[in-house]
Amino acid sequence: MSNIIEIRMRQGRQFIPDVKKAVVNGAFRGLPEINGRAGDDFTADSVCPTGAITREPLSLDLGKCVFCGDCQRACKNNEIKFTNFHRMSVDSPDKLKVTAAGSAEAFEKEGVKCRSEIKRIFGRSMKLRQVSAGGCNGCEMELNAALNVNFDMPRFGIDFTASPRHADGLVITGPLTKNMAFAIEETYRAMPGPKIIIAVGSCAISGGIFAGSKALDREFFSAHKVDLFVPGCPPHPLTFINGILSVLGR
Amino acid sequence: MDHFKLTKNNRPVALKDVPEFSMTEFRPAVISMCETGKRVIGFFGVDAGPSRTRLYAALADDDASSILLSSCLLEAGGSYRSFTQDATMFHIFERELFEAFGITPAGHPWLKPVRYPAEGKAENMDAYPFFASTGSEMHEVSVGPVHAGIIEPGHFRFQCAGEKVQHLEIQLGYQHRGVEPLLERAGAEGPHIAESVCGDTVVGHASAYASLFESLSGADAPRRAHVIRAIALELERAAMHTAGLSAMAGDIAYLVGSAVFGANRTKIINASLRLCGSRFGRGLVRPGGVLFDIDAATAKEIKDSVNEAYDRIREMAEQMFGAASVLSRLQQTGVVAKQDAVKIGLTGFAARASGIAIDAREDHPSGAYINFPVRKQVLESGDCFARAYLRYMEIGQSIRLINDMCDNLPQGNIMAEEPSPSGNVICASVVEGWRGGIVYIGITDENGMMKKIKVKDPSFNNWYGLALAVRNNGISDFPLCNKSFDLSYCGNDL
Repeated sequence: MSNIIEIRMRQGRQFIPDVKKAVVNGAFRGLPEINGRAGDDFTADSVCPTGAITREPLSLDLGKCVFCGDCQRACKNNEIKFTNFHRMSVDSPDKLKVTAAGSAEAFEKEGVKCRSEIKRIFGRSMKLRQVSAGGCNGCEMELNAALNVNFDMPRFGIDFTASPRHADGLVITGPLTKNMAFAIEETYRAMPGPKIIIAVGSCAISGGIFAGSKALDREFFSAHKVDLFVPGCPPHPLTFINGILSVLGR
Repeated sequence: MDHFKLTKNNRPVALKDVPEFSMTEFRPAVISMCETGKRVIGFFGVDAGPSRTRLYAALADDDASSILLSSCLLEAGGSYRSFTQDATMFHIFERELFEAFGITPAGHPWLKPVRYPAEGKAENMDAYPFFASTGSEMHEVSVGPVHAGIIEPGHFRFQCAGEKVQHLEIQLGYQHRGVEPLLERAGAEGPHIAESVCGDTVVGHASAYASLFESLSGADAPRRAHVIRAIALELERAAMHTAGLSAMAGDIAYLVGSAVFGANRTKIINASLRLCGSRFGRGLVRPGGVLFDIDAATAKEIKDSVNEAYDRIREMAEQMFGAASVLSRLQQTGVVAKQDAVKIGLTGFAARASGIAIDAREDHPSGAYINFPVRKQVLESGDCFARAYLRYMEIGQSIRLINDMCDNLPQGNIMAEEPSPSGNVICASVVEGWRGGIVYIGITDENGMMKKIKVKDPSFNNWYGLALAVRNNGISDFPLCNKSFDLSYCGNDL
């Protein structure tokens, strides 16, 4: 027993005190910075594996981006450059497009607007049900990490439940396979209202690298509105936690 | 051996050199090989003209470090006598073949489709009933596809007598994304798809894919790139084994273990982040080499990070595996006996925990493992304890390898010219990922375009091991047994 206490003490303090101020290692590929326009020698759009780059005006769709960095390597004039800024969740699909206008802080501020009805009902307690529908276990592991002693999301009253009956929000990962189409709809129906939907990772948001597959059925997203988009491949736990805190106005 | 073309891991063979037989010759030849200890690592069809399928068999001879290839021509929609009757390890391969091509292995004991593929030719899985049993004590428990935690979907159907599991049927397929056709059609996005086949084994799958392309082209990545790949692969192994110990500790309510292992996994994956900008090793491995170099400062940061993590992991593991309350939960729970493990073709750490000495890093070494040899570690008891303790042992081994490789990085480039595959060749590429052997087999057409890419994650073999492990165990031990195998749903479903 005394050994366990010693081990516990040597662990020290593991949690990140302020998740909003936390900075991820500089090598991390987070929010891209767009500089200028696509000139004659711009080829980065042709190397993008998911077609996330548009030329006029030069923009990058965070919902399609898999954050591989191939475009940055193909840029001769620094047109696209990934930063380690991780707070890049947004509340509507049109905000997923990153353009040359504005700073990272402005992107974050515009990205998620707190909705008063969500804040009133879920502001102090938000229980989530997670469904993986073709997720590769990358997003799933990062969501699990959000609950570990480092990120400790439950301290904010935000947690995952084992049953849809107890859930306020549905968190979806994966590109939505045909074989999960029925189960995801049933899970959503099993949740009592009011309820929100959160799409996590480029697969869930756009189909990602699997967008061209015949084995997908993304009808669910035509039938239901998504309240929060969490970009990444997979998203960093801090991207997810900060996104939800912003929705809740915290 | 007359019936096979002998080759090695990552050594391409001209398609015309792979012998082709009728089923009457092919079947006994393949089965006699399996009776002398060869393992099936590939058994799949390729379209061969109108209504004909060429069936390939790839067998691993682990003692001789060789891979045996043979083939047989079949009529579409035809039938042959099931291999599974004589060599159980074919059971899942034959189900897959049946589903994809509609070819019936007659006499197969449980010919249920594997993953309801969009492009499949067999009947829908819904029409195929679950195994059921009757009796006054019997009851059925149905779990999934959506589970209580944050994990991938799959369905488990238990037949229980009281609290005891008599039989477990695992029905997967929910994660099917059509990976193989996407990979076959892919251009530059191929490596990105390979990284997402199984997102907890990014480096393993990406390395197998990259090696396959290099080998089919008769090219190789620079030595320095191979060592950087191996460092990333060992980081992945150490991180996932630590995550597995954390989850198992959680399942037996040993919460301090769960917390400590979880926190130290973070340090290991942050070393991957430092290396390539992704906690899962994404964006690092590409056909031809790697995209990120390791300079002296990075090497030091990686070493410091993993060594600090390992100090904490070791003291926690020594404490945990010395606690009677822990051992009583792990020992003799979820046993897979060696003879059963051999029979069903178990692979990876689950096989090594049941006394089967296989590890592709030693048996079929390629890349960095030629210069940094690995001695495989084996335990005998085949229970949850063996699978957990072996993972702890392998964490230590990976940390030593990472240190050694960081200290002895060969000089040179990290990226060779992009490989361009030759025409009409076949090659198998095997990488020992943290779960076990990942096999990519590629076949090119006359223009060097990909005609077939067959992917096999170790989970494909090992799910049936879990089904055997839970027999005669209390159903409440299922989560523990499940986590002790730590299998991939999407790696199986593709």
